[in-house]
This record gives sequence, C-alpha cells and structure tokens, in this order.
Amino acid sequence: MTDKTNITLTINGHDHAIAVEPRRTLVDAIREDCGQTGTHIGCEHGICGACTVIVDGEPVRSCLMFAVQAAHKQIRTVEGLASGDTLHPMQQAFMDHHGLQCGFCTPGFLMLAVGVLERNPDISDDDLLDVLSSNLCRCTGYQGIIKAVRAAAIEMRK
Amino acid sequence: MKPAPFIRHVPKTLDEALKILAQVAPEDGRVLAGGQSLVPIMAFRLAKPAHLVDINEVENLDKIGNDGKILRIGARVRHGAFHTSVVDNPLGALLTFVARHIAHYPIRMRGTFCGSLAHADPASEWCLTAATLDATMVAKSTRGERAIKAVDYFEGIMSTALAEDELLAEVHLPLLAAEAKFGFNEFSRRAGDFAMSASLVTYTIKNGKIAGAHVGVGGAEPSPRRIAEAEAALNGQAPGDEAFRAAAEAAASVIEPLEDHQTTGEYRRDLVRAVVRRALENSQQ
Repeated sequence: MTDKTNITLTINGHDHAIAVEPRRTLVDAIREDCGQTGTHIGCEHGICGACTVIVDGEPVRSCLMFAVQAAHKQIRTVEGLASGDTLHPMQQAFMDHHGLQCGFCTPGFLMLAVGVLERNPDISDDDLLDVLSSNLCRCTGYQGIIKAVRAAAIEMRK
Repeated sequence: MKPAPFIRHVPKTLDEALKILAQVAPEDGRVLAGGQSLVPIMAFRLAKPAHLVDINEVENLDKIGNDGKILRIGARVRHGAFHTSVVDNPLGALLTFVARHIAHYPIRMRGTFCGSLAHADPASEWCLTAATLDATMVAKSTRGERAIKAVDYFEGIMSTALAEDELLAEVHLPLLAAEAKFGFNEFSRRAGDFAMSASLVTYTIKNGKIAGAHVGVGGAEPSPRRIAEAEAALNGQAPGDEAFRAAAEAAASVIEPLEDHQTTGEYRRDLVRAVVRRALENSQQ
C-alpha cells in the first residue's frame, strides 16, 4: 500500500528523479525530496496559500496536489523567479513597496501574483484585489502587497 | 496533516475508469478529480479512502458542449473554465458571475464543476446553480448510464443519488432564454469562504411582468433547492422592490435553516431573506 513510485519532477527547468508514495503532496516532494525549500508549507489544507506554485502555467496550491500528479509537468517555484542577481520585477516591487515583513507567506504571494499576471496581464485592479484575497499574510495588513503587485503589473506589461 | 496511504489508479479512458471504479468502490474507492475538497478532507483524515481513481489523465473529460438547448459540462471541466463565458447565452454570463465566488483563484484552477456536484457541500455555488436551473446529472458506471434530475439528485449534506460505483460524467444545464435576467448573491464571513446563505435567481419579463421565475437558495438547508413560494410571489408581478421583498420574505418563511455553533437558525433565516432580495436586486443591473 505504501509502495513508492518513481517519478520525475521538473522544477524551474531542472529534473529531479525521486521515489514517492502516492499520498506525498507536491509541496512535501518539492521541499523534502527535491530540496527546494523556498516554497513554504502553512496550513496544509488549501486555505493559506503559502505553498502556491505554478504548474503548467497555472498558480495552484501544492498542498492540494499529489506529487505523482505533477510528474512531467512544468513546475515553477520562487527559486526560479530571479535571473542571476537580477530580481524578478515582482520580487523587486515587494522590496520597494514593503510587501513583506517576516517573509513566510511571500513565496506563495509571489507565485500567485506572477502566475495570474502572466495569464492575464491586463487584469483590472478590482480583479487583482480578488486574486490577492487567495492568500493569507499576518504581518503586512495586505496594503503593501497590493501596492507591490499593482506596481509589478505595470512593470510586467512593459 | 498528511493523508493516509492509498492506492492510486490512473485510467486513460472512461471505460477503464468505470471498470476500476466498479472494482474498488466496494473497498472504499473514490474518484479524485480536482481534489480541492477531497484532499483537505484526507489531510484531516476525515476521509481515508483505500483507493483513488484519479481521472486527471482520462481523455475527453474536460469538454464543454452545447447543442443550442443544453450546455454539457464534462467530468473534469475546472471552475476556471468559466472565468470567461463558455456559451453565447445569458447562461454563459451567469456561470462567469457565479464562478468568481467559488473559493479562490488557485483553487479554481484545479477544482471541477462535476466534482463540486459530486461532493455536494450545502454551501456549493455550483450545487445551487444546478438546483436553480433544473440541471440533469449524467451518472455512468459499468452497469450503464442514467440521467438524474436535480430535484432527485441532492439527498442531504454531502449526500447525493450517485451510487458508489458511478462517475458523474456530465452535468447538463438548459440554456436560458435570450432575454433572461439572472442575479446571484451570497454571504460569507471572509472572501472565498463557505457561503452561509446564497441565492441564484433567473426570470424573463413578459408584458412588463416577471415570468418563469426560478429562485434557488443554497447554504441554508442541507441541500440547495428552488423555492416555489418565492417564485409564486414573483410570477405575474412587475419587477421591483415590492415583488422582490415579497419573494425574499416568502423564501425566509419556508426555509428550514441549518444550525451550527456559530449560526442560529434565525440568523440564517435573516440571511436567506437578505441574499434572495439582493440576488433579485442585482438581476436588474
């Protein structure tokens, strides 16, 4: 019943050959089996959004997918946002607009915002606010995050 | 917070999926579609299915069809598919409007329309939609196929007429009249949280009067349903505050509200009155 399956997870373009039980969640596999600890685990039942990653272009809760379901899909995590020493416009905007304090929720917010803006660059401010209600932050009061994402949205449209 | 062990089955065709389901259903086998309700329940170990039949790789389950009368929604059509209108009919706009109230964006990327119907949470927006619009549920198993009308489908909290070896293969929604109006409103404590009451209404106007009203209420009783008394209060009346308040009052007076430790029956009855009136008010915009 607990037999492990051999799968390959492709995270930020790198293949990770791992063996996991079917019940292994994607976020546990990303962190524990692939060693990519930038993605955080919060509530483990889909409420907080800390574990949000982009799978085949869609921002999803990686605690609500099993790792075996993500085999051979393109997974993107916070580690893949910056190119070299240059931060992604979303990361830079979070720094510039005080979009984080403790940083625990930040990887999830970054992947949520980047995932949605890549799919829908011209999203309205109202819709963006609705999107940002997906994730929880207990430090910032959200205003800094909203400012950061709106600023990054303008930057990403260029 | 980790799901209990299970055996995963990954059929590639519908026939294969139904065969496996027939085999494992008696041994606590379940269908895994989007997993946005089932996986949290497994994480809490409220569900410990021995087998999961994962339908995410089954071909052709993500299709939306329409023959000019009926919209057919396949077993793996995800909520996000309705972010833009799927049919050139007021039904398309209705589904788009309702969809944005379902949980949150990343959940809508994975969760499925039919999965929501199969799960049958009382607060589900899609269950309310199916009940209000008189949907037909198409259940398939190795024993054959049967169509279940919404009024016969919902049997209580997270309980439906589906047999354990049946897959909810399609849901059929009738298209609305070209001039149909619709309105939706729900109340929840937080953005994306479960609705404590919700209402969906549709109607047309004939000679200045409301005709063919459908008034659905969800989140208030064990299952969503149409409220005949509220519909009777609307049909034949001019649309406006007087008729809308009468319909809201009619719905509130006949509802048999769920109670829980946070919500008394009377509070929920008040919410029903409010969401029905607001749904009717926003149907005019």
